[in-house]
Amino acid sequence: MRKINWIIACCILMSSHLFGQQVQKSTYGDVLLKNATIVTVTNGTIEGDLLIKDGVIAEVGSSLSANDATEIDCSGKFIYPGFIDGGTQLGLIEISSVSLTRDSDELGDYTPHMQALTAVNPNAVAIPVTRVNGVTTVFSKPTGDLFPGTGAVIDLHGYTPDQMYAGSKAVLMNYPSTGKRGRWDRRSEEDIKKDSEKALKKLKDFWAQAEIYAKINQTGGEYNPQLAAMVPVMKGDSPLMIEVNKKTDILNALAWVNKKGIKAVFTGVAEGWRVADSLAKYNIPVITGPVLRVPSRTSDKYDVSYTNPAKMLEAGVKVAIRTDETENVRNLPFNAGFAAAYGMGVEEALKAITIVPAEIFGIADKYGSIEKGKVANLFVCDGDPFETKTQIQHLFIRGWNVPMESRHTLLYDEFLERDPGIKE
Amino acid sequence: MNIMVMKNIYLLFISLFISSVLSAQNDGDVLIKNGTVITITDGVKENTDVLIRNGKIEQIGEGIEVGDIKTIDAEGLFVMPGIIDAHSHIALDVVNEATNPVTAEVFVGDGLDPYDVGIYRALAGGVTISHAMHGSANAIGGQCETIKHRYGEIDPEAIRMDGAPRTIKFALGENPMRVHGERSNIAPATRMGMEQIFRNAFEEGKAYIKAKKDFASGNAELAPLYNTRSEVMADILKGDIIIHCHSYRADEIYMLLKVLEDYGVKRICFQHVNEGFKVAPELAAYGAHASVFSDWWAYKFEVYYSTAYNAAILAENGVVTSINSDSGELIRHLYHEAAKTQRYGSLSDNEALKLITLNPAIQLGIEDRVGSLEKGKDGDIAIFKNHPLSIYAIPQMTIVDGVVRFDINEDNYDMRLDVDPDETIPTFFETESHSHHGEGDRCMQDVYEFLNHKH
Repeated sequence: MRKINWIIACCILMSSHLFGQQVQKSTYGDVLLKNATIVTVTNGTIEGDLLIKDGVIAEVGSSLSANDATEIDCSGKFIYPGFIDGGTQLGLIEISSVSLTRDSDELGDYTPHMQALTAVNPNAVAIPVTRVNGVTTVFSKPTGDLFPGTGAVIDLHGYTPDQMYAGSKAVLMNYPSTGKRGRWDRRSEEDIKKDSEKALKKLKDFWAQAEIYAKINQTGGEYNPQLAAMVPVMKGDSPLMIEVNKKTDILNALAWVNKKGIKAVFTGVAEGWRVADSLAKYNIPVITGPVLRVPSRTSDKYDVSYTNPAKMLEAGVKVAIRTDETENVRNLPFNAGFAAAYGMGVEEALKAITIVPAEIFGIADKYGSIEKGKVANLFVCDGDPFETKTQIQHLFIRGWNVPMESRHTLLYDEFLERDPGIKE
Repeated sequence: MNIMVMKNIYLLFISLFISSVLSAQNDGDVLIKNGTVITITDGVKENTDVLIRNGKIEQIGEGIEVGDIKTIDAEGLFVMPGIIDAHSHIALDVVNEATNPVTAEVFVGDGLDPYDVGIYRALAGGVTISHAMHGSANAIGGQCETIKHRYGEIDPEAIRMDGAPRTIKFALGENPMRVHGERSNIAPATRMGMEQIFRNAFEEGKAYIKAKKDFASGNAELAPLYNTRSEVMADILKGDIIIHCHSYRADEIYMLLKVLEDYGVKRICFQHVNEGFKVAPELAAYGAHASVFSDWWAYKFEVYYSTAYNAAILAENGVVTSINSDSGELIRHLYHEAAKTQRYGSLSDNEALKLITLNPAIQLGIEDRVGSLEKGKDGDIAIFKNHPLSIYAIPQMTIVDGVVRFDINEDNYDMRLDVDPDETIPTFFETESHSHHGEGDRCMQDVYEFLNHKH
């Protein structure tokens, strides 16, 4: 009898692999997290309980009880809101060197109508790998030329893009950059100048068309998908996400945005520290990162990338942090940790990957902190989640109790003590 | 005098000034007081001093007093051995001789660049030694150079680590297959072809040794024609050169183990070795080493089935394992990369720190001189605020042979040693993320330029 039990147990354990599942299924239901240190981000840190019901945070308080809720004792543990990465290609690229698995970069200079949400693969292997590090929500964005497309904020759980969609999209623009782009850039100074003038002219022409289109669209006209995608930006309903990194480009982009009178968010902003006061003056929010990158110029101080978020924040800029990664979006808390160590402080760095990106994406009513009524995106861990060695023990996305499994943990389980080992 | 010339002279003065600051106090005498000393081989010692004289550790203990010596107050700070990177491409003019599947004769040490600001950035991350490697375009690439980060010295000879064993780069899998098979239509185009490239090259080396012996013993009338490639292959067979092999998949790693076994070659360190965890018992049994990324994966197909737990699995299975950078970015925070083995695995602090100190030293054959804080070893030291495995660790000072090469309090804004006087538009380096290019690692530097020019 015992043997049969064993066989049944083994079958259950192996079933996920037999059916080709990537990880175990998540479970849904009311959960009561007891006796935790709850880092709310927006209302300080409290000792108490947290009730998850119907996918949202139903209650935060002390001595909570709930019938039928699964209770998890969190004594000595911490609850944090799920981290939000303000810029990734997660779900759009599976293996970056295999071009047919790369869905982030459509052909053409003006493709704002390309929807990241269409190409997000809910079963991307990197998604479980990312979320078990506490990153529950990301902005997944196309990359490419002048107007690469429309990015979408997604939760890292669900089987269709619609199940993952977190209610915010944004059109992206790459501000025409000047200067040499790296050691491989062999263009002459004259060519560099010409190229940037050409790009600016392209921008000017397309913008003029988009302005007219947004006007005549009221009265009817021929449908143009590129220009139609720009309408919410032209009307100021949606911010334009402008990727811009170099000092002079940032200043030019500031002047441009000011002239156009649109809502804008700057992304990348590697040299934001050089023009932090201007960014603050024009009240432009920033999604910066990666923090873990080499300085942009060989003449730069070695730590300019680490201190960049702190310097912008200090000047009064609203700063969110991103990884701009695909398979290693899981390093978001470490990017924030470096920013914290190099001047930003733990509290502000935590905001930069929770409530601040939620505000920038216009979803702060549902995301970015532990508050009653917000989406139950949160995790339980045994220490400071920026600290490299901290272990995350429970993960909830939209109230789903998500298994702490990914390809990486499954391979660990299988190979730590391989069987058969060295002997046949 | 026009403005341009004035500017050039000014820049020249700046660079001379920086180099004179950096190379001041070249005597290599320093006393580090009252630190928390992480020795790696003899535990962690609180409130302990480290005395370095003539570039060597003379004494480790409490209350060391010597008169008239540069003294560093390390109270509240962590003092550890200088970090060693077993895989980098900094300080190199060129990385790949991508013209033939076998180029054992070339040597990256012929093109060392002591001016590379990447050396300074590595120092600012506590790294004192790196293994400047040939790239991975060829099955048998060039010989590599172990360098000391003596930034401020402008003679290329001054950054070599004299006496470090010779090493050579091998490479398996996609890179050599792509460069030679796919683009030039010559073997290797497959992992089968890879095996035969190695067997042929070792056979040539064997034949060369035999021909020399035959001549020496009078069994042959003529000595073999001198051939630099065969000389190197012969030296590998004799055990004089350590192989460092770029590799990813378990099958190709296993293949090379069998080839090496057939030719009696013992000294092998697999590099990257993302699927090393799948053959960890075999690697341990052979005595092969592994130098891995902490968490890079999925940037190409051969690293799709990998895990960030690789280092932990290898270490737990008894493989001498290190964490490397292969990147001018990662080399700046290898202490953080090592800490990831505590998130992805459960290595102790000392085991994790070994991955960036003693273990890479073993892999480079320099463990008798560096990699731990012991009397008689080189005075290579990294000093941190906060524990080096903490995310809040900040390197404060990096010492090479008793000479301070990085000091956070003396850090000037622009630390370049040479400034291009013709540069009017400074180059702005966009993010060098492996995922954005597809070639994965710096190992393929120079190859694409080469291939693109060809097409």
